Amino acid sequence: MGLEYGFMRNALLAILLIAPLFGLMGTMIVSRKMAFFSDALGHSALTGIAVGVLFGVFDTNLSMVVFGILFALLLNYISTKNAASTDTVISVFSSCSVAIGLAILSKGGDFGKYSGLLVGDVLSITRAEIVYLLFVFLAALLFYLLCFNWLHAASIHRALARSRRIPVKVTENLFAVLIAVAVMLSIKWVGILIINALLILPAAASRNLSENMREYHFFAVLFSMFSGIMGLFVSYETNVATGPMIVVFASVLYFATYWYGRRYEG
Amino acid sequence: MKKMIRPCGLHCIKVNRLGVRLGGQTVLEDVNLHIHCGSLHAIIGKNGAGKSTLIRAILDDIPHEGDIEFKNRENGKMQKLKIGYVPQSVNIEKHSPISVYDLIASYQSRFPVFLKKSKRMEKAIRQSLQAFEAEDLIDKQVCNLSGGQMQRALLAMAIMDEPNLLLLDEPVSGIDQSGMELFYRTMEYLKENFDLAIILISHDLNYVAHYADQVVLLDKTVLKQGSAKEVFASEEFQAVFGREELPDYVLRPAKETGRRAAPDFGGR
Repeated sequence: MGLEYGFMRNALLAILLIAPLFGLMGTMIVSRKMAFFSDALGHSALTGIAVGVLFGVFDTNLSMVVFGILFALLLNYISTKNAASTDTVISVFSSCSVAIGLAILSKGGDFGKYSGLLVGDVLSITRAEIVYLLFVFLAALLFYLLCFNWLHAASIHRALARSRRIPVKVTENLFAVLIAVAVMLSIKWVGILIINALLILPAAASRNLSENMREYHFFAVLFSMFSGIMGLFVSYETNVATGPMIVVFASVLYFATYWYGRRYEG
Repeated sequence: MKKMIRPCGLHCIKVNRLGVRLGGQTVLEDVNLHIHCGSLHAIIGKNGAGKSTLIRAILDDIPHEGDIEFKNRENGKMQKLKIGYVPQSVNIEKHSPISVYDLIASYQSRFPVFLKKSKRMEKAIRQSLQAFEAEDLIDKQVCNLSGGQMQRALLAMAIMDEPNLLLLDEPVSGIDQSGMELFYRTMEYLKENFDLAIILISHDLNYVAHYADQVVLLDKTVLKQGSAKEVFASEEFQAVFGREELPDYVLRPAKETGRRAAPDFGGR
């Protein structure tokens, strides 16, 4: 199983934090139709790193998180303003930021050293970075315990939520910031190309089976953790990158639940 | 949930000089309304007359001019107005894992609905649903409800906070003729048994004539206000709707159609 190695134990710890975190947040991302939002956010990680490199920031985690938060708030602001074509506008901003990021990072022709980001490598995570993840996980948990109903109410009907004195804007912005921080701190381990799959697939699979919020979140976290742990060990045994393997498991779960949901519906 | 109290007729809600400007355009101006508890005000008007905007302004959901007062007429004291709002529809897609409990509890309580059901909340919701004979809906998925069931679930939620004013958009889709009849009889039941006033945006003039105590004809401002008969017979109404849309019995005396007389609040 490889657990005799320190890097595998670290990777397992990281997965045990990332998987439930992503499973939990994915449910609301899917419910609120923010899949495109989180995708754009993932891609903007490149820009975050580029900005860090440009300004000579020692820890690119920091520049990524700061850039991610600003970008998330910007996207959130745009989506409340331009109701009609949010996806186009998000796409414009996302491609623009990715282009800037790629341009900066490819200067001098050594983009190669950043290409690992595309696929991610959970086996290289350090203890300090696991602590970052732990903090995000705890923050997300706290946010969900305190504000979940608000967020849910706002996604069902904004005006109705506001008429109940629910601070809709603040809650939505907090959630966007939370997604930004979680995505940015996980992207090196999961990979830009597949991080969104990890957010969306467990929740989407859970939707195929669930009838209420409790089932929805339980199955999403369960599926996410199952894919995460299986992905890690199978990738170790077969010597493939971990991120993609996790997503393969999550996809299989999605299709299985889709088939099951179809068959036993109603 | 609100205890059944006969409307006292002593509370009144005043909307004073309400105006809304959106993007440099005047959508509403100088809207004045005076509503007593126990009465049903129907707002009618063509599409784009500002009916939904008026509701959003009363809810304080959009920037507006003017104010809304809520007074006890007995001692003239101002009170805090509690509004129960029932939207026309909610943003819930097919196959959404949201039960009626989840829907209502998300607005009514802060105990996270994804964690577990709160026994206390469940009891309160069941009780409120009971008022609309809908307590068996509590664990149903919201996306599978019929239009009428959805409406009752939303109404149950709206009255849980003991509102003084109920704001509704009349359901237009997914409800058949008997469902509409039931909806309006529910309105009647609410205003007779709960101490609240109702403002209803209505699209069906026949039902308005039958059930509304006061009709407000809206087109940017209040064109005409009064009993259904008064408003329907007015020139303003004819200018907006044209004569052919007049329900035929409007022209006959009220008693013939069996319409209930508006409650007498004494000294209105």
